[in-house]
Amino acid sequence: MTLTLAPVCDARAPIARVNPVAKLAAAFAVSVTALVAADWLTPLLLLAALVAVLPFTGIRPAELARRLRWLWSAAAAVVLVNAVFAAEQTGRILIDYGPLEISTGALLGGIAIGLRVCVAATAGVLAFATTDPTDLADALTQQLRAPARFTIGALAALRLLPLLAAEWRQITSARRARGLEGGRNPVRRARLFASTMFALLVGAIRRAGRLAAAMDARGFDSGIPRTHAREQRMRPGDWVVLAGALLVCAAVVAVSVAYGVFEV
Amino acid sequence: MVPVEFRGFAWRHAGRRAQAVADVDLRIEAGERVLLLGPSGSGKSTLLAALAGLLTEDSGEQDGHVLIDGKPAAEQQGRVGILFQDPETQLVMARSGDDVAFGLENQAVPRDRIWPRVREALASVGFPYGPERPTHALSGGEQQRLALAGVLARRPELILLDEPTANLDPEGAQEVRQALRAALAATEATLLVVEHRVADILDLVDRVIALGPGGVLIADGPAGAVLARHGDHLAAQGVWVPGVPLPTRPARTAGDTALRSQSLALRHPGADRPALDDVSFELRQGELLAVTGPNGSGKSTLALLAGGLAKPTSGRATVPGETRPLHRLPARRLATRVGSVFQDPEHQFVTATVRDELAFGPRQAGWPTERIDARVDELLERLRLAPLANANPHTLSGGEARRLSVAGALAAAPGVLLLDEPTFGQDRRTWGELVDLTADIRDEGTALLAVTHDRDFAAALAGRELVLTAGRIAEERRP
Repeated sequence: MTLTLAPVCDARAPIARVNPVAKLAAAFAVSVTALVAADWLTPLLLLAALVAVLPFTGIRPAELARRLRWLWSAAAAVVLVNAVFAAEQTGRILIDYGPLEISTGALLGGIAIGLRVCVAATAGVLAFATTDPTDLADALTQQLRAPARFTIGALAALRLLPLLAAEWRQITSARRARGLEGGRNPVRRARLFASTMFALLVGAIRRAGRLAAAMDARGFDSGIPRTHAREQRMRPGDWVVLAGALLVCAAVVAVSVAYGVFEV
Repeated sequence: MVPVEFRGFAWRHAGRRAQAVADVDLRIEAGERVLLLGPSGSGKSTLLAALAGLLTEDSGEQDGHVLIDGKPAAEQQGRVGILFQDPETQLVMARSGDDVAFGLENQAVPRDRIWPRVREALASVGFPYGPERPTHALSGGEQQRLALAGVLARRPELILLDEPTANLDPEGAQEVRQALRAALAATEATLLVVEHRVADILDLVDRVIALGPGGVLIADGPAGAVLARHGDHLAAQGVWVPGVPLPTRPARTAGDTALRSQSLALRHPGADRPALDDVSFELRQGELLAVTGPNGSGKSTLALLAGGLAKPTSGRATVPGETRPLHRLPARRLATRVGSVFQDPEHQFVTATVRDELAFGPRQAGWPTERIDARVDELLERLRLAPLANANPHTLSGGEARRLSVAGALAAAPGVLLLDEPTFGQDRRTWGELVDLTADIRDEGTALLAVTHDRDFAAALAGRELVLTAGRIAEERRP
């Protein structure tokens, strides 16, 4: 059990320095455009735009591909399922094998849906995996007026996650020492998993209580309006990123419409 | 600096029948430095929590008054700083500087004044890194110093320390004590510290207050006078009073080999050096082998591998009578060969009563019922757990839970017992009990291996000592 939240780029990479709210808004615009369009060209162009932007972000491509590896298989599955179970098979029949029948129309429809999933997921990973959680919390609190109780609380909880992974290993070893292990019996494995989870939870709640007391003792949520050690605000560059994203979305839709394939 | 006063103070935790403290009357003058002593259960931590304003109405019932500078403590939170035991659960942020800044943000300090104060606080505790250092990459001692910086940055007028070094290894504890010494010299704040290891803190305080069970005042006065008059009594109650001699239990001659480690090694994927490298030794019946070394030297890894709880990258650990290496034995069989006791007893509890906990190993091993019952009764008696036979293991005190985890590991009569930091964070009384218990187990012929930072424990019991450095045996000593 490993929990990795390591960003896919250096803290000094261009994309890491973009304001988190600007980045999230840009990713949101791209995702919504892809999800609203029902044709295959719009998401394809958006994906191409994302790929074209990559070299300027400072992201390590190998790291990004590793982070997205589940996505490719998920998107492939989406394509296949939608092609096979399409409401109607239109156009030329490509495969006809007993009950299995796939036509060009259904395949195109499936690809369109798969592409939309790809665009939304890639945009989301680009925004989130290049954002330091602390910066995100700061931006949410300062720019979107999210309550500090929520954002700082989430940050503190995030800090405890790796401890849980270490504790899971300790509990598992401690149980083997007591003569308890799952072995090959699935029922016993499931019961052991549940009881280990319970032990982990008991420890986590105790820890959370101690952390909450420590935060209270340092004056957290004491009714005084907090100040912010790091300022998060939209700088000109951030507006450029956001405007660029909106412009690309508009241009892509315009091309699809001009090409005569745009659908909603 | 502010004066502090408890006036007829009593506190009962929600859901408990007995009061944690009752009728406490204490006055501490502004700028005084006070050490608070007492056995576990004397309510020391409750008093600190009350001063820190952490006893809220929904967490229990209060009588009397807790006053800071003549005003209720709950309204004076901004003037108080408290440092707890556990460094892991005091840090909030991912970056060290942000964590110190956290308390200042809460105090509404303007941004341009936050960072100078953060730098000043980090420097005052001798923090060796810059403010960008990730908090998860710090050692325990460094984390605790960072937490101290977080307290100091708020410029408290009353500083509370709740066993600030109890969860640290000796090196980390030393670092924190040095940081405390420097920080306290630079402030005039009133100080109240709870600490069992009196010798380490004595030069920082000018007054000692000793409490008995329920917060009853036993002694109050200058440190030297209190310890001279009440030292033996306090030692018997669990306080580490300097100068009171510790028991030793020298070993008899060791018997046959009970566990053999042959070139044990473990390398984690992606690590730049093995966690453990080519470690060979023999453990004999009736001896205690102490394994010592700095943090990260592979001591706990050695205990896991020797206990058959993790798979070595190479090498093997074996016991006579088994052809397979220990890590390949089924768990229920392993428990009859080698017992392991972990640092946190609660990780090992798998049933709902003390009696079931002891019966668990033998039952897994398929013993007949009469034999199990006899064994459980014997262990309950020997480890003084009989009155607690039907209690839930998770409700036991620290010392009781420790005894139960040892008894549970012994239940299926393994010939070898491995202990990971058995005396960590224990008070003196529990420490003495553990030394006696361990010596008895050893003298009955069980082979023992103890991973420990505790020099006194090793000196009291060990026949041999393996010193690990960077995953290898650096030295074998005989006391």
